[in-house]
Amino acid sequence: MIAQLTRNERQRAIQIGLVVAGCGLLLGLAGADDPIGLHGALIFIAGLLAILVVGRDYYAPEPSDERFSQYYDDPSKAGIILAMAWAVFGLAVGDWVAWQLVKPDLTFGGGWSSFGRIRPVHTTSVIFGFGGNGLIATSLYVLQRTSRARLPDQLSPWFVLLGYNLFCLLAVTGYMMGITQSKEYAEPEWYADIWLVVVWVVYFLIYLRTLARRKEPHIYVSNWYYMAFILVVAILHIVNNLAVPVSLGHAKSYSAFSGVQDAMTQWWYGHNAVAFFLTAGFLGMMYYFLPVRSGRPIFSYRLSIISFWGITFFYMWAGSHHLHYTALPQWVQTLGMTFSLMLLVPSWASAGNALLTLNGAWHKVRDDATLRFMMVAAVFYGLTTFEGSFMAIRSVNSLSHYTDWTIGHVHAGALGWVAFITFGSIYASVPWLWNRDGMYSAKLVEAHFWLGLAGTVIYVFAMWNSGIIQGLMWRTYNESGTLAYSFVDSLVAMRPYYIARAVGGLFFLIGACLGAYNIWMTIRSPGLAAKQPEPKLAAQPAE
Amino acid sequence: MSIFGFHYRLERKAIGLVLGIIVVSSIGGLVEIAPLFTIHQTVEDAPDMRLYTPLELAGRNIYIREGCYACHSQMIRTLRDEVDRYGPYSLAVESKYDHPMLWGSKRTGPDLARVGEKYSDQWHVAHMINPRDVVPVSVMPAYDWLLSTELRTDDLSLHLKAQRAVGVPYTDDMIANAAVDAYGQSSPDAPQADGVTRRYGKATTVRAFDGLPSRLTEMDAMVAYLQVLGRLTGAAHKSTAEAGASQ
Repeated sequence: MIAQLTRNERQRAIQIGLVVAGCGLLLGLAGADDPIGLHGALIFIAGLLAILVVGRDYYAPEPSDERFSQYYDDPSKAGIILAMAWAVFGLAVGDWVAWQLVKPDLTFGGGWSSFGRIRPVHTTSVIFGFGGNGLIATSLYVLQRTSRARLPDQLSPWFVLLGYNLFCLLAVTGYMMGITQSKEYAEPEWYADIWLVVVWVVYFLIYLRTLARRKEPHIYVSNWYYMAFILVVAILHIVNNLAVPVSLGHAKSYSAFSGVQDAMTQWWYGHNAVAFFLTAGFLGMMYYFLPVRSGRPIFSYRLSIISFWGITFFYMWAGSHHLHYTALPQWVQTLGMTFSLMLLVPSWASAGNALLTLNGAWHKVRDDATLRFMMVAAVFYGLTTFEGSFMAIRSVNSLSHYTDWTIGHVHAGALGWVAFITFGSIYASVPWLWNRDGMYSAKLVEAHFWLGLAGTVIYVFAMWNSGIIQGLMWRTYNESGTLAYSFVDSLVAMRPYYIARAVGGLFFLIGACLGAYNIWMTIRSPGLAAKQPEPKLAAQPAE
Repeated sequence: MSIFGFHYRLERKAIGLVLGIIVVSSIGGLVEIAPLFTIHQTVEDAPDMRLYTPLELAGRNIYIREGCYACHSQMIRTLRDEVDRYGPYSLAVESKYDHPMLWGSKRTGPDLARVGEKYSDQWHVAHMINPRDVVPVSVMPAYDWLLSTELRTDDLSLHLKAQRAVGVPYTDDMIANAAVDAYGQSSPDAPQADGVTRRYGKATTVRAFDGLPSRLTEMDAMVAYLQVLGRLTGAAHKSTAEAGASQ
């Protein structure tokens, strides 16, 4: 790792380590009597570790110029390993949380492990830990191949990858200590948010600098999606996290917005985190790995253009459908509903484009579990976006909102679409990255596929049932015109579905563990003597 | 030139794509969010609106810290069954001083927007110590340690100051006396108690929320916060009554 860095980059890395350690020390001292003090110590240790690791091999010989003839894939490799580690951890916490709703005393008597604190640990670990590392790893991989250009340097991708994981670590440990700003999917506090902005700017610059070096005249569609993901997530993150900290020595901050404006800003962020973190980035993955693995060009390049700009434009209006019938002005709710419905067009354009790409390659889908992961992902993408538009209709939302139906909907997307396209892309790229002739065990990929699919289906059906029953019980009146059920009645009715959900989640977790084991064994198996050629992408620009 | 011809040229330019993405993605937010800050109709007037006391604010922060928002909403929608179940639907003004808002997105437990003074302090304390003692089928975790944890008050002035920086009209007097007021509100017999009602209004409740007047615990703060939910202003009750009268 260090041997690939030039002497200059090693110096720079140590300087960065010093700055990080210094900031950690400052926070630790200023917040000695606050939870932020522990985070200061953690940041300090992270900086020291970076200095130690680089310093140990500081005088190792510099890399030869031969490296310029190869893509720089070390950060992608590390990103894939980190993604799988976060997946196993995040899914395990998710299943634990699911069991807590069956047996609420599964907290081991501590505050750190109660539902309210562990739930964001689960969401952050899987969305940002697993999804984010998967996105960083694959985006750097795809960027180089579609541009036929090497990354601009060796240090900045490591800064992005490790810096991003430090952010995830701060977030997850923070929740357990009670550090949260309570904005869903944006729970980390001000100092972690600022750090993420720094990391993100470097990530964006890597993209621009590599594109500037590209040997392809056209920028491939995957890169538009990855760029939209990076840019818009930055905009969302900065605006939604505007806040005033209590002091330098306090983790706590107060949002710049209040009440109705804060709600709108939060769900503008929240829904577009779905759009640009969980959709655009993974569509970038899909538009590269699906055609490469199936050996077919994208069915319609024009359809992908329509889909891209449609998603970029429509999604940004849709957030207010989270606030139907609330104190948000009616006109905003109506706009949100309208654009949510229109979103179906670009969403299905991409889902259809992906499935039509497989025309002529269906025999491969039958035989190749990796490609089947991607195919099923496209199907779930289509199903979930349809469901999403449907749930944004005001009258449907009056039933579904606040219920488990929403949880079922997001998990259909998160498990069926996001996780499946990521697993498929990882299974496709691991043998290429580590120069193996295939995965260690094709049978384990197959087993992972079926466990994952079974887990997703069980989970989603359980939540559809519980959500709709909840919604109906809450609004049912008896003949005398009073409410038929108390809230507690609905809670009792949920129990069997909560058990089913936890079982489905367990299936999905076991599948991910098999995947992690398979990837680990692939890496450990001996490499091939000669570098294997990667399958080529049949790209075509719009004409 | 066809639109795809234009795109054929656009996708050769990284900066062109970047600018395109920024412009296209900004429009929705600008149209929907910016007006909310400028037009007067977004938030109703409520002259009787009072501020959170330091103790209630500390309780609110504990509520946030424990992630209560993940299971309890604080937003009653304008639907008949919700109004029948929870009370008058929520108005924008009621969360005017909520930085951030806690409207929530999920009801694993019931909505709390009007839970204030619906149950006794003792009920809340018992419910926090072990929810299943008062609601046998509850799936809420226990928060028994709140009763044994002292509330940190030395930095409450800083909290109020930060609140003022984001627009909550705390006065210098309130900021200077934040820690004293937090103690006073939970110790009705102490001399510090009078200042609380003087600064925050006669509607403020001064009680030993956790049943222990001599100690200021996190349980005091939590219960004080829960008991003020839906009671910062009477505007919601008034507006439903008016709607009923005009029908």
